Amino acid sequence: MLIINLLGLGIVALIIWWFWLYKPEIIQVEETNTESELTILVEEGVYQPANISIAAGKPVKLTFIRKDASPCAATVLFPELEINGELPLNKPFEISLPAMQKGQYAFHCQMKMYSGSIIVK
Amino acid sequence: MNNSISSANINNQELIIDGASCASCVSKIEKALNNIPGVEKAEMNFALRTVSVTGVVKQDILISTVESIGYHAKSANEASDEELLDEKEIAEQKYYKKLMLQMWVGLGLGMPLMIYSLLGGPMTVNSNFERAIWLIIGLVCAAVMYFAGKHFYIGAYKSFVNHSANMDTLIALGTGTAWFYSMVVVLFPLALPEMARHVYFEASAMIIGLINLGLALEVKARGRTSEAIKRLIGLQAKTARIVREGQELDIAIEQVLLDDAVRVRPGERVPVDGVVIEGSTTIDESMLTGEPMPVKKGEGDEVVAGTINKAGSIIFNATRVGKDTALARIINMVKQAQNSKPPIGRLADIISAYFVPVIMIIAISSALIWLNFGPDPTIAFAVVSATTVLIIACPCALGLATPMSVMVGVGKAAEAGVLIRNGEALQTSSQITAMVLDKTGTITLGEPKVTDIIAIEHDNAYDESVTLSLAASLEVGSEHPLAQAIVDSAKDKNLAIDKVTDFHAIAGQGVQGSVNGESLFFGNEKLMHEQGISLTKAAIDCAQQMASEAKTPMYFAINNELAAIIAVSDPIKEDSASAIKRLQDNGIRVVMLTGDNQATAKAVAEKVGITEFFAEVLPEDKASKVAELQASGEIVGMTGDGINDAPALALANVGFAIGTGTDVAIESADITLMRGSLHGLADAIAVSKATLRNIKQNLFGAFIYNVAGVPFAAGILYPFFGLLLSPVIAGAAMAFSSLTVVTNANRLRFFKPQDH
Repeated sequence: MLIINLLGLGIVALIIWWFWLYKPEIIQVEETNTESELTILVEEGVYQPANISIAAGKPVKLTFIRKDASPCAATVLFPELEINGELPLNKPFEISLPAMQKGQYAFHCQMKMYSGSIIVK
Repeated sequence: MNNSISSANINNQELIIDGASCASCVSKIEKALNNIPGVEKAEMNFALRTVSVTGVVKQDILISTVESIGYHAKSANEASDEELLDEKEIAEQKYYKKLMLQMWVGLGLGMPLMIYSLLGGPMTVNSNFERAIWLIIGLVCAAVMYFAGKHFYIGAYKSFVNHSANMDTLIALGTGTAWFYSMVVVLFPLALPEMARHVYFEASAMIIGLINLGLALEVKARGRTSEAIKRLIGLQAKTARIVREGQELDIAIEQVLLDDAVRVRPGERVPVDGVVIEGSTTIDESMLTGEPMPVKKGEGDEVVAGTINKAGSIIFNATRVGKDTALARIINMVKQAQNSKPPIGRLADIISAYFVPVIMIIAISSALIWLNFGPDPTIAFAVVSATTVLIIACPCALGLATPMSVMVGVGKAAEAGVLIRNGEALQTSSQITAMVLDKTGTITLGEPKVTDIIAIEHDNAYDESVTLSLAASLEVGSEHPLAQAIVDSAKDKNLAIDKVTDFHAIAGQGVQGSVNGESLFFGNEKLMHEQGISLTKAAIDCAQQMASEAKTPMYFAINNELAAIIAVSDPIKEDSASAIKRLQDNGIRVVMLTGDNQATAKAVAEKVGITEFFAEVLPEDKASKVAELQASGEIVGMTGDGINDAPALALANVGFAIGTGTDVAIESADITLMRGSLHGLADAIAVSKATLRNIKQNLFGAFIYNVAGVPFAAGILYPFFGLLLSPVIAGAAMAFSSLTVVTNANRLRFFKPQDH
């Protein structure tokens, strides 16, 4: 019984580490002279890539391709930037973000099932 | 991960060319395009100003090539709002059908099993025969779970490896736990105590089926939340009849270019925005402004896309096309606002970020408690309670609570001619306690007219028409709305308007200048005092009499002697009084601000039932009045015309721009009232209140559901009543909790602002 209890607590610790303490991998957006571009796939509950980093002061063009038919996936919001878009199914949809100051900007679907962040450095 | 999907290589593309005015342009454009590697053939239709290109090449390159030789090009393949909407509906329909099929498959296995168990059939594994039967059922169940629920399992896995968790995670873990435990019972029954050899395959299949049903119904219900935007998109005409080189041709509205001459016949919709250059008609603008009376339009008048031409045939010059028309921008603004979140939704957002892992921890804790302290068979109780906890929790309901209501509420407001900029404006306007109204153009029509010219009799008296002519000459340079009334009045009477020199505007007093060598002062009593011009008691009485009739009297002095009192009156809008009463009935403190004199302000305020007003307020002081109200603890709404009142509108908690969809107003105000009536204000507040009430109901429901449901599922009732929730009931509850939220938001569709 002791082992089972310890195992249970171990899983709890694992959950806390895996979902909250782990630092996600960040995808660096390739820089071009004028504008950066990145394609994000919206599929099976996640944005791929979900965590991206870009240089400060440069606009970025994100192309979303939504492959998930569930209506949750249809909207993408950038609350800090007051930008949002309705993503058509299986079709690229471009969202241009203005040049941003340093900081972290979230993007997510209406219900935050899908979520990602842009780190501006 | 740069790639080129965004500008896909299409085999057949069409571009719309702007700026091609002669036939020689055609060959120039065709030649440039044909020279691009990859282009097989580029052909231009001059009449339609389109060019079709065959070949494998990026559209960006085609467009930049056309631009490089001095023309403008845009894609004709870009889907219109309507096409996007149709596509969306088709996709949703397909998704709905798929979910329904998955539901039937899930319930097809789950239902018979559940009925069997409810009728007392043993769900236990005690003999080899039972083992064999349950093994087959277990494998069928796995197939059913794969077919009907693989999206949950794949989604759960994908988000897990991305260190995130969502509803898929809960469903996958819950149904997975039930299935795995059952399989252990089937495969290794001896490893478990006899009482614990119970299978739960029916739970896994039922839960998958029910959740698919919930999702399917939710898709249907969600479709209805965007009715308002569909209606707006439906206002757009599909084709336009244009006149090019003396020929009339019907083209798609995407192809209409700036400065095209567009003909609209009776009964047709105006396809793009423009200015009438030929003919006159009446136009029904009710779909945009809510104003039921058709509006007369003649040469020089603006027409707006989406409105309906009633009587005559007109030709107008296109001034805004495509995404720039007022209608397109309204649609865009409503779409943006529908997806923005009011601050009230933030708490739910924060909670949902931690929700799923917390539920997982609760499920494990609950299992541990059953294992340590529960009755026999502890393992079976532990599995059931953990599964039920995972399944009953519904982050979706919490996540949907705010956005669904905002979607419907913002759309509802747009139908009433009220454009709400974002979720924050929506929330704040439901909390307004004081409303500041500018007088001119807000309470009144903003079209002042000269009503009286009283010439003062003395030795050097001037007659009425000379006085008016001089006054108009002086006022030509002034931007004040009252000045325009004087100039118009002189023009109506065909009086000469002469050149003014040494013109000065004296803020808060009036204007001065010289016309034909006469030194002129025109303004209020203060101006006369400052300039040392004496006013007789009779003159002051006369002015006060006019002011008490809600007119604005102004003194006109020629060569430092009072020559006339000219009164201008700006009629009060017919329904201002009833709209203001609606606001007051809602407990809102209504305050009027005006640059006008005290007596006129008082007369207007009395007529519309306002007791609190401030007269002779300089334009720059309007903002400080708003600040004063805020300092006294009020949540202040400010209503003005959006141009002169910009600082006050910006400072107020909610700025309402009143008007007819002028450029400045739409972009600058928190809320734009598309028709002139102040009832729009009361409607805006009523819709916001109803929406906020709806959001609160949703949030309350979702919170209570999760807070109460989870302990139930964990078995908190068991020690007292011996009750433990079945995972199937939990699955049904989860499926229907988010549906309830969407359905409740849909109730807002039937909201009607009070009749007026």
